[in-house]
Amino acid sequence: MPILTADMSAGTLVAWHKQAGDAVKRGESVALVETDKGLIDVEIFVAGVIEKLLVEPGTTVPTGTPLAIVREAGGIAAAAGVAAAPPPAPRVAPPPVRPAVGSGRLKISPLARKLAADLGIDPGSVRGTGPGGVIRREDIEAAAAARSAGAPRTGLDRQGRLRQAIGAAMARSKREIPHYYLSHTIDMHRATAWLADENLQRPVTDRLLYGVLLIKAVALSLREVPELNAVWRGPEALPSEGVHIGVAISLRGGGLVAPALHDADRRSVTDLMRGLRDLVKRARGGGLKSSELSEPTITVTSLGEQGVESVLGVIFPPQVAIVGFGKLVERPWSVEGRIVSRPVITATLSADHRVSDGHRGSVFLDALDRRLQEPAAL
Amino acid sequence: MPKMTYRDAVRAGLREALSRDPRVFLMGEDVGRYGGAFKVSYGLLDEFGPERIRDTPLSESTFVGAGIGAALGGMRPIVEIMTVNFSLLALDQIVNNAATLRHMSGGQLSVPLVVRMATGGGRQLAAQHSHSLEGWFAHVPGIKIVVPAVPADAKSLLLAAVADPDPVLVFEHAALYGVEGEVEDEAGPGEIGRALVRRPGDAVSLVTYGGSLAKVLQAADELATEGIEAEVIDLRTLRPLDIETVLSSVRKTHRALIVDEGWRTLSFAAEVSALIMESAFYDLDGPVARVCSAEVPTPYARHMEEAALPQAATVVRTVKDMLGHDG
Repeated sequence: MPILTADMSAGTLVAWHKQAGDAVKRGESVALVETDKGLIDVEIFVAGVIEKLLVEPGTTVPTGTPLAIVREAGGIAAAAGVAAAPPPAPRVAPPPVRPAVGSGRLKISPLARKLAADLGIDPGSVRGTGPGGVIRREDIEAAAAARSAGAPRTGLDRQGRLRQAIGAAMARSKREIPHYYLSHTIDMHRATAWLADENLQRPVTDRLLYGVLLIKAVALSLREVPELNAVWRGPEALPSEGVHIGVAISLRGGGLVAPALHDADRRSVTDLMRGLRDLVKRARGGGLKSSELSEPTITVTSLGEQGVESVLGVIFPPQVAIVGFGKLVERPWSVEGRIVSRPVITATLSADHRVSDGHRGSVFLDALDRRLQEPAAL
Repeated sequence: MPKMTYRDAVRAGLREALSRDPRVFLMGEDVGRYGGAFKVSYGLLDEFGPERIRDTPLSESTFVGAGIGAALGGMRPIVEIMTVNFSLLALDQIVNNAATLRHMSGGQLSVPLVVRMATGGGRQLAAQHSHSLEGWFAHVPGIKIVVPAVPADAKSLLLAAVADPDPVLVFEHAALYGVEGEVEDEAGPGEIGRALVRRPGDAVSLVTYGGSLAKVLQAADELATEGIEAEVIDLRTLRPLDIETVLSSVRKTHRALIVDEGWRTLSFAAEVSALIMESAFYDLDGPVARVCSAEVPTPYARHMEEAALPQAATVVRTVKDMLGHDG
């Protein structure tokens, strides 16, 4: 059972798309899982033949639980969701363990480690309060209590559970991440003019929204300040290879999800526009994929046309930054000593001070401004 | 239940053993006319006569050897060695003969010998008389090691030692002789190899024996005033060791501190610690800790001696460190 959303501790297997004996390709959807954020298609990360399904539909299992055994091409069997096991006998490997903190091992008592395994708590996510910061029984018990407080309760509908999941992730973010905030107002007249011109030449179905220009500009600017495109693991951030932008999408009943537009820096705006429409549709109608939920490396949130002028976002752990855009507004703007009316947008950056400093954040917002002045290059 | 001192309880045990079985006799340095270096056998010479209460020359090897011979010959000797320091002169007799004869004779020989001796410090008797070497003897298979910590045990475990068909060494902590406690008249022999929970608790297991028990109980009372309920286990016998009582306590409290007046290195506390690690590793919520004597010959000066031996305050401080409490 993969961890599909922050603080997810268990998921319900709703249905298998594949059966024992079926061949599967890497990236193919094999199962439907229900989480706090809705129904998610779980993709497999190896190619091979499903040897055995281990979890019955309707069963709720902790994250890390093997769901199926897959015999990889070449005869190696692996449990889906876990590392491959060596040949010859098919074997279920233990759930993945978060890498130990820093160079040393996790400081945890034997009892706490055993209890964590029994309760399905990841000890790497628990803060130790014992002598020298050692994780003890009471720390694991507190983590378990916190989890059950945030876990689905009977009587709560999906909406209520989604609210709780968002609350848990945001509370953790505000508790653990020292945010700093920067804000910068960007002249959008070149971007909007280019967009109006460009859309005239496009079929209605392929017309671009300015939001996609913002996403592409963010993606390209991250190349200049790559430390913002990372995930926090223990005492340091691991830079991400790809730029996978989580796009905050508000849901009709309330709440939001932020699935990933993968490799946003390498895709054309046309392709990104299609991807964005597809994500919004599936976010609201169901059918998001596991990789889309678990893999964003930074989030972009935009309050759109109905919103206000600026938004200071809360970082979505384990990401280390979130970029916010207010609504596009006409404002007096000074150009070469003359006051003119210009469409402007306020871009904000909330970033993790453990990973980057305000100077680097301002380099990023400056790059974002520069790229939005050359819309044709996006 | 009548109250009596530890000294009187040992004497009551000796008297009962001597009265019950004509094969029992006591020998050692100054046990007869002087009444014993610690006055344990005071009056017994008058009561039982010089055949059964025998003064010996100052030669531990000789009179322990004589005790082994008497035991092989069908007697039930109780040999008193003045302090454990002097027992080293009889180490060959105890380790090479008493402990091995049943094994080496294929079970044909039995050595029902009791060797009593004073152990431990705290009375300004310096490095000549104050050491705690019972842990050394507990290393040796073939002998049993009892370490009574209260008057009732001093009597009942002595009777059990006399009744045992194999050699038993009884270590009486010298600081305990004047301590009073309740002793049942008709209790009879106790059980060798059984530990006791002297005080229940759930925060930490304090494992100790002999002269350290009272200090550990005092520490537990102090800890209780701060809301820390320590469980105190009196081992009572070092060999055979009742590790199950210790383990079941550790499985409840998840922490253990061993208090042992022996020196820390290769101490009996080290053995208990290893056994806990082997059998209750996944129940431990922190490292097993030890409070032992400082690794010096016991000093004479009072303040130095106090600093060298385990004290209630040391136990309190160590427990707080283990639990991560301040102060």
